[in-house]
Amino acid sequence: MAKYVCAECGHEVETTGLVTVCPECHADMTGVLEAASRNLRKRAADLVRDDSVTTHEYIVRTRGLTRIYKMGDVEVPALKGVDLDIRRGEYLSIMGPSGSGKSTLFNLVGGLDKPTSGSCYINETDMAQLSAQELAWQRCRTIGYIFQTFNLIPVMTALENVTLPMIFAGASSDEMLERGRMLLELVGLGGRLHHKPNELSGGQQQRVAVARSLANSPAIILADEPTGNLDLLTGKEIIDLLKELNVESGVTIISATHDLKMIDVSDRVVHIRDGAIERIERREDIELAVGIMGGQEH
Amino acid sequence: MDVKKLAELGGGGGEKSLVVQRQIMLPWSDAFRISTKSVLLRLGRAGITATGIILGVAFLSYVWSDHIFSEGVEKARVQQEQSVAQAAETVRGTAGSATTEASQKQTAEQLAATAKEKAARQLWLVIMSLLVCGIGITNSMLMSVTERFQEIGTMKCLGALDSFIVRLFLIEAAVVGVLGSVAGLIVGSLFVILFYGIKYGFGVVGQVNWAQLSGYMVASVVIGAVLSLMAAIPPAIRAAQMPPAAALRSEI
Repeated sequence: MAKYVCAECGHEVETTGLVTVCPECHADMTGVLEAASRNLRKRAADLVRDDSVTTHEYIVRTRGLTRIYKMGDVEVPALKGVDLDIRRGEYLSIMGPSGSGKSTLFNLVGGLDKPTSGSCYINETDMAQLSAQELAWQRCRTIGYIFQTFNLIPVMTALENVTLPMIFAGASSDEMLERGRMLLELVGLGGRLHHKPNELSGGQQQRVAVARSLANSPAIILADEPTGNLDLLTGKEIIDLLKELNVESGVTIISATHDLKMIDVSDRVVHIRDGAIERIERREDIELAVGIMGGQEH
Repeated sequence: MDVKKLAELGGGGGEKSLVVQRQIMLPWSDAFRISTKSVLLRLGRAGITATGIILGVAFLSYVWSDHIFSEGVEKARVQQEQSVAQAAETVRGTAGSATTEASQKQTAEQLAATAKEKAARQLWLVIMSLLVCGIGITNSMLMSVTERFQEIGTMKCLGALDSFIVRLFLIEAAVVGVLGSVAGLIVGSLFVILFYGIKYGFGVVGQVNWAQLSGYMVASVVIGAVLSLMAAIPPAIRAAQMPPAAALRSEI
């Protein structure tokens, strides 16, 4: 979204370029918009495609998402009305300092928490309207989770960890084993099916977690700082794996991260600060910025 | 990476499965497998929980088999006394037998009264000790729930319902309960057998009413398992109420 000043009344209008009429004085703002985007024609075209065109299918939409935590008598607003649309097949990173509301947004999108007000739609279904049973179904079949601390069940082998969501989904045991094996081969752990998490390295554990997140063919993978507990190289491997999955299977990836390596592969980066979206960067912009920075440095 | 495989992996699989089924499930067989595995691989924690059961059931089975063994010893003694008395009678003739019978009846009544009092006191002790053990188990399982908050949260993220978590914890409690009860039974019975064996000779084992004793053995295992299950209800409910977002917290 960009801000434009109406030529007639001086009102500041926030639009992606699709709305061309000033909401205050109803003056035609096409001229203003065109002027603003003359130098950035390509970007403007992308902007329009980016946020507002409804012909695109959005897998996640949030409207006025607000979450207030009550700590004793004090109300702490963690999220203050977030509107975010995430396209199917997008690789989206959510960045922000700790305490910015990043995790809260993540929890709400993942159906792990309920908003104080506003709504979050996944596949056009309002998460707040779902029963416990339906919500569990959603978590099991539509969303795959990857955690910073891997969160494999310590008493289960890699294969059992991957097949656990399939048990919940009601798969037959042959089907489960075959698919579990295939997924672990896919992440490069075909030879470690029967290893326990404590017999695997951090990177390998996270690979098992990636395989587990794919267990029931999710439409979305939610990754909470997936590289936070990994060294640089293994972190890069996990990022590449996620990107590969994203490109080749079209699964939507939403990832909360501090990791700058993540930016390279993200289609968009959402910056959160003080419970609100500060800005949204697209990859093209970032690449440009990185290029300029590189130029200045050397 | 195999693109063909990938194509069937992700991206809008949600809708496809919508048609198939909207029911999340955890079959009992799988729940049992997961729970027993969890117990067997966490023997340290399970051992602490089981100690409560072992002690409680050991005490219970000690009291019961002590009762049966003392009856057995008593029976043997009475038989012996009777044969001695009969021998004496044949020697002395029938004179004075009435007084002996009367005094014998009196002592029997006295014995019965003390036995009754002793039984009541023991029952009270057994109930108290089982209660204490039950509270110990609850405490130990609450600790285990706290230790496993991340695991529980993760399971919920993977689609587990509250009832699955309750089911897993109760099966675990039942497994620990049965194993602990059997161990407690063995400990308690061995103690009694050793005690009576050393005091009266191991021949006493043959004097015991084994039908009654095995009935008691089964009962004490059942009581131990039920106790463990009951004690696990509050921790299991607490585990089920654990929010799925707990999985995301990296530190406690």
